[in-house]
Amino acid sequence: MHATLKRTFVGAFLALSICNTLPAQAATDEQFFPLATYRVGAYASSGIPVWAGMIDYLRYINEVEGGINGVKLVWQECETEWTAEKGIECYERFKNGLNGAPVAVYQPNGAPAAYALADKAAADRISLITLGYGRTEATDGSVFPYNFPVMLTFYSEASAFINYVAEREGGLDKLKGKKIATVYHDSAYGRETQGPLKLLAEKYGFENIQIPVADPGNEQSAQWRQVRQLKPDWVFLRTWGVSTPVAIKTAARFGFPVERIVGDIWASSDEDVLPAGSAGKGYLALTPYPGGAGFEIHKRIKEHILDKGKSDLKDPKSFGSVYYNSGLVNAAIAVEAIRAGQEKFGKRPLEGDEGRWGLEHLNIDAARLETIGFLGLMQPLKLSCNDHEGGGAAKVQQWDGGQWKLITDWVQADRQTLRPLIEAKSAEYAREKSVTPRDCGAES
Amino acid sequence: MTATSHPLSAAVDNAPVELVARHLPWPLLVLLATAFGVLPWLGNDYWLNAILIPFLVLSLAGLGLNLLTGYTGQTSVGAAGFMAVGAFATYSLLLRVPGLPLPLALLGGGLIAAAVGFLFGIPSSRIKGFYLMVTTLAAQFFLEWVFTKFPWFYNYSSSGTISAPRLELFGYSLASPVGRYLLVLSTVVLLTWVAVNLVRSQVGRNWMAIRDMDTAAAVIGIPVDRYKRLAFAVSSFYLGVAGALWAFAYLGTASAGSFDINRSFQILFIIIIGGMGSIAGNFVGAAFISLLPIFLNQAGQWLFGGHVDAGQLQNLQKIIFGALIITFLIKEPEGLIRLLDNLRERLRVWPLRF
Repeated sequence: MHATLKRTFVGAFLALSICNTLPAQAATDEQFFPLATYRVGAYASSGIPVWAGMIDYLRYINEVEGGINGVKLVWQECETEWTAEKGIECYERFKNGLNGAPVAVYQPNGAPAAYALADKAAADRISLITLGYGRTEATDGSVFPYNFPVMLTFYSEASAFINYVAEREGGLDKLKGKKIATVYHDSAYGRETQGPLKLLAEKYGFENIQIPVADPGNEQSAQWRQVRQLKPDWVFLRTWGVSTPVAIKTAARFGFPVERIVGDIWASSDEDVLPAGSAGKGYLALTPYPGGAGFEIHKRIKEHILDKGKSDLKDPKSFGSVYYNSGLVNAAIAVEAIRAGQEKFGKRPLEGDEGRWGLEHLNIDAARLETIGFLGLMQPLKLSCNDHEGGGAAKVQQWDGGQWKLITDWVQADRQTLRPLIEAKSAEYAREKSVTPRDCGAES
Repeated sequence: MTATSHPLSAAVDNAPVELVARHLPWPLLVLLATAFGVLPWLGNDYWLNAILIPFLVLSLAGLGLNLLTGYTGQTSVGAAGFMAVGAFATYSLLLRVPGLPLPLALLGGGLIAAAVGFLFGIPSSRIKGFYLMVTTLAAQFFLEWVFTKFPWFYNYSSSGTISAPRLELFGYSLASPVGRYLLVLSTVVLLTWVAVNLVRSQVGRNWMAIRDMDTAAAVIGIPVDRYKRLAFAVSSFYLGVAGALWAFAYLGTASAGSFDINRSFQILFIIIIGGMGSIAGNFVGAAFISLLPIFLNQAGQWLFGGHVDAGQLQNLQKIIFGALIITFLIKEPEGLIRLLDNLRERLRVWPLRF
């Protein structure tokens, strides 16, 4: 390397390190909000709008509301690439807080990392929030005290789908004899609804057809030929990534009506339908965080963050996209949990166990949703020691070729029916790991 | 032996029996003492969980593949598949054989992986080079599919993942970071010691003869097919143990997805960058592949965090990492270990050039 070039680099290095050391002063009156993100790798395109939503909401809380009851949030990003290894590395880097600001709750943002961190976080007494992924059986908080698969587990999603179909068919009794096919990504994620759908098929008497799509799923002629032969009344599409647009396009090619395909939570974003072009028009999807920029929180964020040029969003068109909104909802749950914890522990930054208390006593009702501007975007959520999921509802949205239109209100899952399945799984886990379930009646 | 019964001169008779004087390997001993005695007490959770444990496990996996690829010359891109076998087999043993101690379960997992490796090594007697590589690729995809398809392997868990049963050794819990680190370190040191001796033995020499020219090896009487299959089995044993440690001592969980083709490539890169046919090269390669990105990330965060767009910063790290790999491979195609050896030779005669 030339000496001058070297000197330039060293100079830049020193200059940057100086301007970096200045703001890094210890701040014990701040709450650390770790952001395990994925901005590179296979899923980066879905991730980037999520982080924008999260960061915009955190900025809004800090700058407009003055923090959570006056406690400002600080955050730092760490790249996980949606992998378990990097996820662990980020978690270990973050778990002790940032410059004295403690961690209250942790969002692993990625299924592999969520599984890998489950035991580690429990040992460190830090709660993991996993919205729309993670261990379904962690709904049973007596066995999984530090795991919160909030709002909509895969089991609830399957049940909400069946309930939506029943609504369309004119009642649960009309399901008898109907053919319902699930086209799923052949992975742990895709297989997760097999158990609940089997149970519901026995209960309501519909025919349960399961059709796997091998990863990555960019060729699905065989699957959709099978669909055409079987002529199901409805198709539940549980694909993800590239396999979703391919499924929609292939279905169109085989003449299966797109209005009879209901995508699941991971097949419900703008990025899933846009590549399918006109074939996607009329496609339905279940989601706990519907798309749209017309909710109250969007008005506030647009006024205070977007219009002032403080947004993290690179592409303004993504404002109000499904993934952006998922970032808002994720951030709001964490913020509300911290707020709930502050009710008990005082208006100060919270530690892991205090954050957990906040989560287990989280009660976001309709009035609260209205106050924070999430009415319609987020369902009422009430968690407890026994129930780490809360909610269990989804909205159905339809792609009109340009944007998502909401066509239902919250479709509630039949969680009582599925609870025995969850308890059987969590009991099995407790036995395998020799965990003694805690007594939820004794805690309040 | 007396001089009278011997026709040779006295000088020859007194010649040293050992040709190489054996010194105690002081640097190695100091390194081991540090690893066992100092690091567990110095290192915090971050260092143990996120840096040292994955580094050691990847080194072991690299060692396993190096025995097959670097020493026997059979290129494999199915390393992660055999790691998966080890992980799932160890899990099954711990779950279904009550009271089985952890070391035996690890050994059993390794042996089952070795059996599977032996099976997939059978084609090596008929096909070579790229064609053999394709069969290992098939092994990779087949094994990944097996561990997704059949729920028995993951004990019918809804998510298809297995999680670490309680790690215990003679009643002591190894669940803490220090415990897991010591478990990994002991296993790696033991297996490395075995590998060092293995490659110096008849078996290792036969392997290298096959690598250098299998026709010539056959001519001098080495049963080539048998030794190739043996290499597959031994390599898979190492990979299996590494897979079990990766799943239980490091991640704490695993699914078929943890051992996908990218992991195979990662391990292949470790041995290519570290040095084919070198034991120490695996450790250097694993350090490069697993630690350098973390270092780059930390440095990037510390230098530019908050000033540069986070997405671009991440991509920049990838570019630097890739550029470094290319630079090192151009500078020294035989791997980093050769680079280090050359450096050591230079330092020995410094300030002279040769």
